[in-house]
Amino acid sequence: MKKFASLILVVSIVVFGVGYMSQAKSSKIKAAFLYVGPHNDGGWSQAHDEGRIYLQKHLPYVETAYSESVPEGAPCEKIIRDYIHKGYKVIFGTSFGFMDSMYNVAKDYPDVIFEHCSGYKTRKNMGTYFGRMYQADYLSGLVAGMMTKTNYIGFVAPFPIPEVIREIDSFTIGAREVNPKVEVHVIWTNSWFNPVKERSAAETFIANKADIIASGCDSPASIEGAKKAHIFAIGYDRDNYAKFPNTLLTSRIWHWGVFYTKTLKEIHNGTWKSTQYWGGLKDGIVGLGKFGNKVPKKVRNYVLKREKQIIDGKLKIFEGPIYSNKGKLMVKKGEELSDKDKLSLQWFVKGVVGNIPNK
Amino acid sequence: MSASHHTTIVILLLSNAIKAGTILLFPTIGEIFAERVGILNLGVEGMMLIGAFFGFIVTRLTNNPYLGFIAGVLAGGIASLIHAFISITLRGNQIVSGLALTIFGAGFTTFYGQRWINMNLNASFENLKLPILSNIPVAGSILFNQDIIVYLSYILAFVMWFILYKTMIGINLRAVGENAKAANAMGINVYRVRYIWTFFGGLMAGAGGAYLTIGYAPFWLDGITAGRGWIAIALVIFAMWDPLKAVVGAYLFGSINALQFQLQATGTTIPSAILNMLPYLVTFIAIVLTSIIVKAKHIRPPKELGIPYSREEK
Repeated sequence: MKKFASLILVVSIVVFGVGYMSQAKSSKIKAAFLYVGPHNDGGWSQAHDEGRIYLQKHLPYVETAYSESVPEGAPCEKIIRDYIHKGYKVIFGTSFGFMDSMYNVAKDYPDVIFEHCSGYKTRKNMGTYFGRMYQADYLSGLVAGMMTKTNYIGFVAPFPIPEVIREIDSFTIGAREVNPKVEVHVIWTNSWFNPVKERSAAETFIANKADIIASGCDSPASIEGAKKAHIFAIGYDRDNYAKFPNTLLTSRIWHWGVFYTKTLKEIHNGTWKSTQYWGGLKDGIVGLGKFGNKVPKKVRNYVLKREKQIIDGKLKIFEGPIYSNKGKLMVKKGEELSDKDKLSLQWFVKGVVGNIPNK
Repeated sequence: MSASHHTTIVILLLSNAIKAGTILLFPTIGEIFAERVGILNLGVEGMMLIGAFFGFIVTRLTNNPYLGFIAGVLAGGIASLIHAFISITLRGNQIVSGLALTIFGAGFTTFYGQRWINMNLNASFENLKLPILSNIPVAGSILFNQDIIVYLSYILAFVMWFILYKTMIGINLRAVGENAKAANAMGINVYRVRYIWTFFGGLMAGAGGAYLTIGYAPFWLDGITAGRGWIAIALVIFAMWDPLKAVVGAYLFGSINALQFQLQATGTTIPSAILNMLPYLVTFIAIVLTSIIVKAKHIRPPKELGIPYSREEK
């Protein structure tokens, strides 16, 4: 019996020892991702998850994990701390609402790196990242402006915050550049992800004779509504072309993988610094999806020409004169809206039919 | 814009409002009958979620929306048996049991619904234009260019009204809710009647949920019913426990829902958060008003609503 016990002891020491050593040997950088929605939401969170998979595929020295449907606010803090206790050294928070939790935890763990998407609070070990989606919004607006026949475009929008207002404004600027008769009508759903409300909003636009529906919300429900009514849609977050080749005109999409690999490379090389990253078409973090089957060559060429001008820095979207939809001159001729003003945008451009609460 | 253009908008919006109202009409009628036999079931929201969930997955797997609808209806019915068992057989507290059913429905569907999120349905109910009736100007295009489930709800409301007020079944079930002991003395099996109509309430809640995910959304999302079960319970009071009046309440709610989106699309200055609240606010006001009418007209809920019955007790 004694022999048996000592045998077990020896075996277990060996097993645990090897286990421990193999763990110690792996020098992979562990990065954790927090999603506000399900990882397969077909939109925002899935776009981030595709970025995570891209990162995993391109950098063999990185190990990743994610938590989905993370509540915004205090509960998120516990999830972050749990990851850190498990040895995660990089935390990506992919929703605005994670900002304060990340900011709090970042203070306690100066050797862990935090990257927060779409926020504004930074520390030495906490940076922010976002993309100039308004450039892609503008390009998709060009497509919509050239393709509409009723001149009534519906925009299903989540919350009246600068990020979304910027989308609607740049989309409208694009649409009216090629078709000054266009009106862009806005319905707020007051939710990032609510297929029922998004669908109802789309149905309302369809009843009002809209022939194109754009969305800034995270589910493809409004595209589904457009498909059923045999009209067009502009997608968001990811390219759903394969699913809706005849309904989608194009999509405004995120390529988060570009940023995630860049960041992890910097961390690996020891050159990472806390910054407020705001990349655009040029960096490849935002872009247009495939053109739909119904978009003629002429339209495609025009859009591609404008895209190149943006990348070359020759075309600025928020360049004056720009009037608000209340008729006030907001950006004078020859001037451009500064990045600071873009980030705090709280007014609609001329051509938008909608209302921003409390403004 | 021409007048005819405005008419088309109104027709399309109200036609959507009928669909939105149908989601509520089924559970409201179901709850009316449960309450008529003395069973208060606050689990409507949970049963709707369960019906919505099973309706969705069966449609998704079979590509047959009718099969999916039946599955959702049955799932709601089965869920209601939990409440029936606790409140009828065990004579437990109906409020606690109903709330538990709502929480159970939400938890169950959220947990098992994870992998179905954001999948869409390729099959849904198609609109079926009824001959002659759909030619009635305006009202015809709103009411009679709908799908088969909406037509089913029209028939159901009328049939259930007829059963409740014009048949022996109706007299018996009302007797059970008013005075179970007297009903028992008349030879009615109180337990059986209560089980049957609580089960019916569950079937109808399942129908409302299944119509939401198959005919209206057609998506799955946790908590997709968004409080509609609670509105159905409120509409029971609004309808004064009458299936035909439930039709008015359900379509009123549906119209307000359509109206809030329409107001936004035309660029109103009313904040969207208030507009989003509108359907709930109107329900609240409607309940207050009906409660006053109910009092003035001496209409009251079934007398033994929420009171357990025991044959042995004297």
